[in-house]
Amino acid sequence: MRRLADLAAPVALIAVLLAAWEIGCRVWHVPSYFLSPPSAVAVSLAQDWPGLIKAAGYTLTSALTALVIASLLAQLLALAVVLSDNLERAVQPLAVVLQVTPVIAIAPLVNIWAGTDHPERAVVALAVVVAFFPIYSGALAGLKAVDPDLMRLFDLYGAGRVQRLIRLRIPSAVPFLLQGHKVAAGLAIVGAVVSEFVAGSGKVQGLAWRIFDASFKLQTARMLAALVVLGVMGAALYALLDAVERAGLRWWRGR
Amino acid sequence: MSIAALEDVEVDYARGRALGPFDLAIRESEIVALVGPSGCGKSTALRLLAGLEAPSRGQVRRTPERGETAVVFQAPTLAPWLSARANVALPLELAGTASDEARRRATEALARVGLAGAEAARPAQLSGGMAMRVSLARALVTEPRLLLLDEPFAALDEITRRALADDVLKLWQGLQPAIVFVTHNVEEAVYMASRVVVMTAGPGRLAGEVAVEGPLPRPAGFRTTTLFRKTVETVSGRLAQGMAA
Repeated sequence: MRRLADLAAPVALIAVLLAAWEIGCRVWHVPSYFLSPPSAVAVSLAQDWPGLIKAAGYTLTSALTALVIASLLAQLLALAVVLSDNLERAVQPLAVVLQVTPVIAIAPLVNIWAGTDHPERAVVALAVVVAFFPIYSGALAGLKAVDPDLMRLFDLYGAGRVQRLIRLRIPSAVPFLLQGHKVAAGLAIVGAVVSEFVAGSGKVQGLAWRIFDASFKLQTARMLAALVVLGVMGAALYALLDAVERAGLRWWRGR
Repeated sequence: MSIAALEDVEVDYARGRALGPFDLAIRESEIVALVGPSGCGKSTALRLLAGLEAPSRGQVRRTPERGETAVVFQAPTLAPWLSARANVALPLELAGTASDEARRRATEALARVGLAGAEAARPAQLSGGMAMRVSLARALVTEPRLLLLDEPFAALDEITRRALADDVLKLWQGLQPAIVFVTHNVEEAVYMASRVVVMTAGPGRLAGEVAVEGPLPRPAGFRTTTLFRKTVETVSGRLAQGMAA
């Protein structure tokens, strides 16, 4: 019952906004190329369904591939950094520079490096760049956020470096890793879509390409339909990772 | 014969002196309470005895080998991702004891602190008092010669505190480790210790020592005896002098 009540408010707001949008378009005779009414977007969704699903699948695959690669790289680097203060000092400035550089600014360069024949590689690479930091900073914070008294106990019991890492630091980092992956999943989709825009050609046929293609043809309803799919996909991925986080924390804490 | 001793130690931190000059010798199997105002360096003294910290000046002498010292902190300090039994088995496993043997001894240690049946529970599923018992079981599982307790009952309610104080004394009767415990509570110090060491306000120095007569563990009604009340008054007097010093 509680869940239904929680859902009712956002569903009601969306329904009101859609109704206002539809009525506004009809009352003021808004041209369809400027703003298509929700009914036209729904028709476009129904007609383009197979193509949209394929495009969504493409973007999602790129984002998930990037998430897996980013996860591995970020966790490995965080582990290496936590074992060596010198490495942390060396890596930190580079990490900050890469983090504050907008992904769209490095996209053309990555496109060249990936090769014009392989724009899909550039898409994944750029999504990796974006998804990397939440996981890296989460992993690093988690590996360092060990209860100092537990650390003292490990000192007292003469635990070695590896024991400390495996039995204390890594388990302590689990909540931070779960949180980092949740944030990174959403960002991986953003990264994939941004780099699809920059890749631009017909070889990368994700949702961004469909939005681009429809915009060139002033097919606003098709653009909006692709945006709806993108929004739903992002929200679904976030919900999935949120559920994974909650289940993971339940397992970690035992309740 | 002392099992651990601080000899003319001083500890300086960036913000100034935390302790000393201070001397303290702990004999085998005795129970010593360290009492003093907040910030006088009681916990620092305990960390020196544990070998977790080195003094800025002076000497720390310790005879226990690695694994023969155990510490219980103010918070239970349990790993949330491990069961009660796995938490208790941890020191043994870190020392290389086979996993089956460590589990068996952890189960026994949990039973000794009255937690038989709670082996699989996670810290989040335990009350504050139960979590502290797990922490105590973890300290006792290695059968330490020196047990250091850093305000172990400070976060607990009065009834649980008293029950745990009796439990610690009963457990002490079995293995007879030397126990040093830090507390703000003068009555608790007098009830549990055979000797109360009173420290001055920080940086802590010795304000006085009071021997507590009477058998350990304490007989029922010990808190209502004249001996108990008089000793509490003596310790309180020394504490007041120490704070004025």
